[in-house]
Formats: sequence, C-alpha cells, structure tokens
Amino acid sequence: MIAIIDYGAGNIFSVKNALDYLGLESALVKDEKSVREADKIILPGVGAFPAAMEMLDKSGLVPVIRQEAKRKPFLGICLGMQVIFEKGYEFGEHEGLGLIPGSVRKMEEPGLVIPHMGWNKLEKLNDCPLLENIGEEEFVYFVHSYKAHTEDRYIAAYSQYGGRVPALVWDGNFVYGAQFHPEKSGNTGLNILKSFGGLIK
Amino acid sequence: MLAKRIIPCLDVRNGKVVKGVNFEGVRDVGDPVECAEEYNKQGADEIVFYDITASFEGRGVFLDVVRETAKKVFVPLTVGGGIKTVDDIRETLRAGADKVSVNSQAVQNPQLIKDGADIFGSQCICVGIDAKKIADRKWTVYINGGRVDMGIDLIDWVHTIEELGAGEICLNSIDADGTKEGFDIEMLRAVCDNCSIPVIASGGAGKIGDFAEVFEKTGATAALAASLFHFRELTVGQVKDYCRQHGVIMR
Repeated sequence: MIAIIDYGAGNIFSVKNALDYLGLESALVKDEKSVREADKIILPGVGAFPAAMEMLDKSGLVPVIRQEAKRKPFLGICLGMQVIFEKGYEFGEHEGLGLIPGSVRKMEEPGLVIPHMGWNKLEKLNDCPLLENIGEEEFVYFVHSYKAHTEDRYIAAYSQYGGRVPALVWDGNFVYGAQFHPEKSGNTGLNILKSFGGLIK
Repeated sequence: MLAKRIIPCLDVRNGKVVKGVNFEGVRDVGDPVECAEEYNKQGADEIVFYDITASFEGRGVFLDVVRETAKKVFVPLTVGGGIKTVDDIRETLRAGADKVSVNSQAVQNPQLIKDGADIFGSQCICVGIDAKKIADRKWTVYINGGRVDMGIDLIDWVHTIEELGAGEICLNSIDADGTKEGFDIEMLRAVCDNCSIPVIASGGAGKIGDFAEVFEKTGATAALAASLFHFRELTVGQVKDYCRQHGVIMR
C-alpha cells in the first residue's frame, strides 16, 4: 500500500486518481501509524514552502517521515519534492526535511516567464530506477516558481528553463523527488508512477 | 526547452457538450468525459471545461463531469464559468481541476484573484480576459461574454491582475473571435510584452497555420481553440505536427 500523505496541501486527489488508474493500492493518510505501515510513501504538495512545512509540522509527521524515508521508497512531488531538501528560501529561510542535501530558491533569470508552467523535456543525467521505461524525447508537466539547487549526483534528470531545472532527484537509496507532476504528465508520468509502484523495500 | 501548449476547450451545459462533435469511436458525442478522453488521445496538452450552466443543479452535474474526467485523463484540467467565490474555487479544485479560470467575476471583484492565489497558489488561478480594440494600440476589457464594456484599459488590467497574483492569462480577442482569420497578433504582443506570466492565446483560430504564427510572432506560451477541434476541422495532433515542422517545440 502506498501512503499518500494528506497534510492539507494540494493535489492529493490527482495523485490518488493516477494510482487508482494504474491499479496501485493507495490511501490518503494523516497519522503516524499508517505512514509506518505503508510499503511506500508519496508526499504531494502545491503552494508555498513555509506553509507546507508548517502544515507538516502541525501534522506531527515530520519525525516519522524522516525515519521511514530511510527504510522504504519515498516520492515527493512538486512542493513535496522541494521540502525534501535542507533549506527553502521562499518568504525567508526555512528548514526542510533534509532528506537530500541542497536548497530551494526562486528562479530569477531575466526575461523568464514565471511560473515555469507547461511541458518540458526530461534530460537524463544519472541512472535512476524511475526512468527505466522513459525514452529520450519525453515531456512532463511543470508548474513552479522555485527550483532545487543540489549536487549533480543527486539529479537523475533535469529540464532546460533559464538554465538547468532539477526535474527528478534521487538520493541513490529510497528518496525520490519529482519537481514536475507525474500525475498530470500523461503516459510518461503514469510510467514513472508505475515504476515507483514497482520498487521494493 | 519548454514546449508550447495546444489547448482544446469544451463548453458544457447541464453536463453535456454544447457544440456537437463527431469523433470516431466516441459513443456519446455530447459526453464531455469522452470528448476529453479523445482530446487526450490526440495529444492535448491541457483541457479546458467551460461551464455555461445557469442553474444550481447544473453546477453539481458539471462538477461530476470534472470528477469523472480527472479519473481518466492525466493532463492538466482547467475549469471556468460560474466561479464567483473562494468556496467555488475550492469546490472546483477538489473535484479534480488543476486550475480555475475566472473572468467577469474577477473584473467585478478583483479581490477574488488575490484571495484565490493566497489560499491555493498562483499556479491555479488563470484570469480570462475578453478585450476589444478601441483605438490604435488600445483595447478595453469586456465582461459577460463580451457584451459589456467595462472601460478598463487592457494593459492596466494585465498589470493589476499580475500584482494580485494571477498565475496565467487566457486572452480572448473579441475582434478575432469567430472570424477564423487567425489570432489577434497585435493584442497578444502588447499583453505578452507587458507581463511576465504565461499568456494563452484565444479567439480567431481558423486554419492550421494560425497556431504556428501565434507562437512565432508573439510570446504566447499556449493557444486555445474550441469549435475548430469540436467540428473536427483539425485534430490536436495535426496542429502539433504542423507546429513541430515549423520549428515550434511541442510535446
């Protein structure tokens, strides 16, 4: 069972719909026990970094997420990907979950239309289990104004938008993060979620 | 590189598509869920549902359509029409919409844009604008489906909504709409040059070359059409192939 963490932020129904469509068993959860018992965890999210961290703090799930993400496959989506880094600089400096080294900052290249909204091509940088069924000319759907800054070795794929935008990150173990929305990225996104569903503890 | 988006729009009344469509393999031509699935197969980058229902009962049926579509179509869904309050936005997003499009209501109550953006994020607030030319390089904003001139300067309104937190603009040209003579290049340029949020071109698409033209000549990041796709004059796939052949990046 995949636990979709419901902490009051964002597109949880879209993620649930996509997993249902793929026949992957999932549940919206908001308690510690369900997170511990799940085989895998998805952390969705839309909105602002500090608001999301505040809601996560209030939910009391931060410690259990930090522990469980070391034991079983964990996927953060969009803002849920951004909060897996150490720090976010949206409305001041805020602490993230710190599951992957790095920070999240505003995209600020001159003349760039913000938010980065629409379909962009995935450029593979490092091998990653979630990209096994993904070809060279595949696009995924992004909506965001902040991007991750992290070492290349954590970047499985990026997209070009005023420079490199980390699209899919992986710690090499259980922690994955997608800046794009796999649940809104057509068949490419569904394939990525299917690969996530096939990962084993 | 970011791809340009092709967006078909479906007008829905009491849970049925208003304009008749005739897709092969679609059993019920009036069923918006099946039409959305067909557009998805054709490669639509996003799908817009526009609710033209007047009644409370119709609204419930419409949201059921959104809910059903969100279970089968995994590209972004934008929902417009009948959104007057923050609660309407919440209800629409909870039904499975990724964005809401507000138009007349935003002109009459600009605070709706700010409240919506503050609570749900700018990314899900698209502001639809109907505008008409009144003088050289000057346009005003209309409401109620292009029937009422509000006397507001288009560029002033664009600045206002960007400051209020709109995440995207869907710009419909009243002059071009229905003419099939191409998008309103001059107006789109004026708006794209005066804002830094994405702009969807709407109104006037009549032939395949119109889409490549709008992407070549303006900063629009997406182009929307309704009847052209409804009546199968063109498929989304044909439009995207043509744009690709003309050097426009497409998914």
